[in-house]
Amino acid sequence: MSAPPVAEPQSTAVRAKKKVKAVSRQQLSFGQRLRRDWPLLLMCFPAMALLLVFHYLPALGNIIAFQDYNPFVGDDPLEAFLYSEWIGFGNFEYLFKTQAFWDSVTTTLSITAFQLVFYFPIPIALAVLLNSIMSPRIRSLVQSIVYLPHFFSWVLVVSLFQMMLGGAGLLAQTLRQAGHTPPEIMTNPDTFMFLITSEAIWKDAGWGMIVFLAALAAIDPSLYEAAAADGAGRWRRMWHITLPGLRSVIVLLLILRLGDALNVGFEQFVLQREMVGREAAEVVDTYVYYQGIAVQQWGVGAAAGLFKAAVGILLIVGANKLAHRFGEQGIYSKR
Amino acid sequence: MSADTVVRPRRNTLRPVWEEQPSLLGQLGKGTILTLVVAVVVVPLWVVVVTSLSSEKTINSAGGYVFLPREFNPSAYVVIFSGGQITDAILVSTIVTLAGTALSLVVTVLAAYGLSRPGTLGHRPILFYFLLTFLIYPGMIPSYLVVTGLGLKDNLLSLILPTAISAFNLVVLRAFFMSIPGELYDSARMDGAGELRVLTRIVLPLSKAVTAVVGLFYAVGYWNAFFNAILYIDRNDLQPVQRVLQQFILAGQSPASSGAAVAIPGLGSTVPPSLAIKMAVVVVTIVPALIIYPFVQRHFTKGVIIGAVKG
Repeated sequence: MSAPPVAEPQSTAVRAKKKVKAVSRQQLSFGQRLRRDWPLLLMCFPAMALLLVFHYLPALGNIIAFQDYNPFVGDDPLEAFLYSEWIGFGNFEYLFKTQAFWDSVTTTLSITAFQLVFYFPIPIALAVLLNSIMSPRIRSLVQSIVYLPHFFSWVLVVSLFQMMLGGAGLLAQTLRQAGHTPPEIMTNPDTFMFLITSEAIWKDAGWGMIVFLAALAAIDPSLYEAAAADGAGRWRRMWHITLPGLRSVIVLLLILRLGDALNVGFEQFVLQREMVGREAAEVVDTYVYYQGIAVQQWGVGAAAGLFKAAVGILLIVGANKLAHRFGEQGIYSKR
Repeated sequence: MSADTVVRPRRNTLRPVWEEQPSLLGQLGKGTILTLVVAVVVVPLWVVVVTSLSSEKTINSAGGYVFLPREFNPSAYVVIFSGGQITDAILVSTIVTLAGTALSLVVTVLAAYGLSRPGTLGHRPILFYFLLTFLIYPGMIPSYLVVTGLGLKDNLLSLILPTAISAFNLVVLRAFFMSIPGELYDSARMDGAGELRVLTRIVLPLSKAVTAVVGLFYAVGYWNAFFNAILYIDRNDLQPVQRVLQQFILAGQSPASSGAAVAIPGLGSTVPPSLAIKMAVVVVTIVPALIIYPFVQRHFTKGVIIGAVKG
């Protein structure tokens, strides 16, 4: 026992108390525990009920993907569900034979890949840059300004882009007054990828810094001092101390992003699909929406949604395995 | 050489002693980048606010958007607040946000407290029940069928109930509640306080900051609700502000044709330019966030990090 003798009596007392507690908990019967804990259970109940109706029930409802669901065979969705015909994997067969569906998958994946390269590093770079600013006043000023757009809705963000860069926007207005023809930015399908990535960066890159700033603050400053004493310059310190300090956070966020590879956002695309056309802006989520609710092919839409969810779970498990192989913790640890 | 003979130069900087002098070029570069980053966020908002406060003459002479403020002309705001679709939308969004945030906060706080003591009856399965929502998504189409099946179409509850609980917020709050020393609970219970009393008198006063952040997250979610309104709200007078914003800015509908630009009492017959009205709608959708933001902003890191670590 290497603990200092002064602390000894107290720590044994604590341990003894814990032991008593543990024993007494085991001895309580179910009824006794229920009598003791019922208020806590009751407190959990409203949240559980809400989730049951609006989360788990619809999650269960995904089985209409295996039906030729027709809302008109019954008076309400439940009745329609009971009377609709079961068709096994018919919807999936139809889906996998449809070119438009695969187009939406391809578009989604290329957006994910593009944003991994051009979006993902920006919050990291911003955080490292901001962390190197000494003045706390400038730091908190910049932080409060760049966090702000995170709280804007996609409608607002797309609207602001439209007002700044659109055909009647500020940029076009300025260019026209100077005698130039303004470029088409908001409606050009070829540059749509740049546009949506810029919007995503404008909205969320600042907010994305938070995690990295916290990780940077957790790095022991004496490491930097020791490295400087050993003659490491600014860049070497960044390479050997700052980046390794961020490594596990970066890996964690990469895993989450990979697991979300088919999830690139929905409102952003629904809002701009009309402007740039279906070919550039159709992602899996908008396909689900237009197939299911707009065209009323409910079963096919649900099948596409289910396919997306299944791929998402596979991706996240796979990415996590990869992280373990690289010696990182990932989102859940190895058992 | 003893330490007290060394004359330390007065340093007017927070830079640690061992760090080298920053280079002028580096400082300039950093300054430029940060200024640009801040400008990219601030300039659009600035232009919107200035244009919304401009008269038709200013807007015409500027050829559209106004950059330099020359007047303070609130007529656009008078128009959007004097009845019509935009006023309805502001009212709807305000009601949904206030009622929704209240409901979400109460339910989430209760559940977070109910789950804050490991070892109580059903603790692990209930926690699992909440955490499973991260992995299993409801899917858009079944959700639509459930909400319409409950008869919530064209009912403002359809903008509240489906998004009332965020398991993420619940986990954040629970983690904070768990960090409160157990002795406080024990002493209160010794004095005969019930669970609800412990929660309202001890736990909540100690966790005002986290509760405020969670409340802000919920409020922002409700205020920004857009797609659920497309799915569930058909009636024109029940549309939230985000829908109106979309119709005016993105779908190019003119506010003048929507019954908003009725005769304005006290301002004569001058109808403010539609661009100013559009910009005023934009400002109205931004302002609520701007008002609450400063109060909770300093707690963000705490809230987000607790969630990230313990979630």
